[in-house]
Amino acid sequence: MERTNEMVLEFDSRSCNEGFARVAVAAFSTQLNPTLEEVADLKTAVSEAITNSIIHGYEQTVHKIRIECKIVCHDFYITVIDYGKGIEDVKKAMEPLFTTRPELERSGMGFAFMEAFMDEVVVVSKPGEGTQVHMKKTMGRPSHPFEE
Amino acid sequence: MRETFQVRDTILTVLVPKELDHHTAEEIRIGADRILERENIRCIRFDFRNTEFMDSSGIGVIMGRYKNIRLVGGRVSAAHVNGRVEKIMRMSGLLKFITVEQERSWETAGQKGGSYGAHE
Repeated sequence: MERTNEMVLEFDSRSCNEGFARVAVAAFSTQLNPTLEEVADLKTAVSEAITNSIIHGYEQTVHKIRIECKIVCHDFYITVIDYGKGIEDVKKAMEPLFTTRPELERSGMGFAFMEAFMDEVVVVSKPGEGTQVHMKKTMGRPSHPFEE
Repeated sequence: MRETFQVRDTILTVLVPKELDHHTAEEIRIGADRILERENIRCIRFDFRNTEFMDSSGIGVIMGRYKNIRLVGGRVSAAHVNGRVEKIMRMSGLLKFITVEQERSWETAGQKGGSYGAHE
C-alpha cells in the first residue's frame, strides 16, 4: 500500500482567507499524528508564505493562490503558489529583516520563520510569472499514518 | 466581552485577538493609531490572554507601535504571553524592545485551558 495522500486548495488572495488556509492545511496534517508544536510550526510557515503572496506577489490585488500538499509516510510537503510579480533576487529576499515594504510594517521575518519552522524551504520565482515556495517537514511519531 | 482597545490614564491596553496575522494586524494598527493621535498615551500594553497564533505580521504591528511611541518617550509591554507567542517574539528579536510582564502561575491557573506550553 502506497502511503501518500494529496490535497489542493485554491482561494482568492484576500487577507481574510489567511486564517482559513492555514487551518485547512493544519487539519490535513493531523493524519500524521503531529505534536501541537509541529502543527503550530506548520501554521506559522504557511501563514508567512500566503502573506507574502498577498502583499508582495499580488501587491494586495485579488487573484488566486494555490496550495498543494502531499503526505509521503511522515513527510509533509507543501507548495504555496502565486502567479504574481515574482522575486528579482530570491537570495536577498530570504535574508532576515530584508523587506521591500517597510511602509506596510513588514518585519522582514517571513522567510526566516519559514526556514526556522520547516525542515526545508526552496523558493522558485521568476519576475512577472510568480513565486512557488516549496516546504517540507517531517511530522508525527513513527507509526503508519493510514493504518489503525 | 472586553473591548479591543482600553485607555486608562496614559496606558492603552490592546486585547490581541485569537489569531494575530496580517489580516488582524491591520485592524490593530488602524485602531491603535487612531487612539494614539487623540490621546496622551505613554504605554501600549498588548494583552495576549486570548491569543493562540501569531506570525511575523504580529511582530510588524508591535514594532510599528513601538517606533511611534518611542518618539514621545513611551514604552511597549506584553502581558499574558504564552509559550508559542514568546517563542516568536524571541526569534524575531522583539524582546529587546518590549517588556514582558511576569505573572504568578496561580493567577492564570483556572483561566482557560487553551494556552499550551504557557506560563512556566
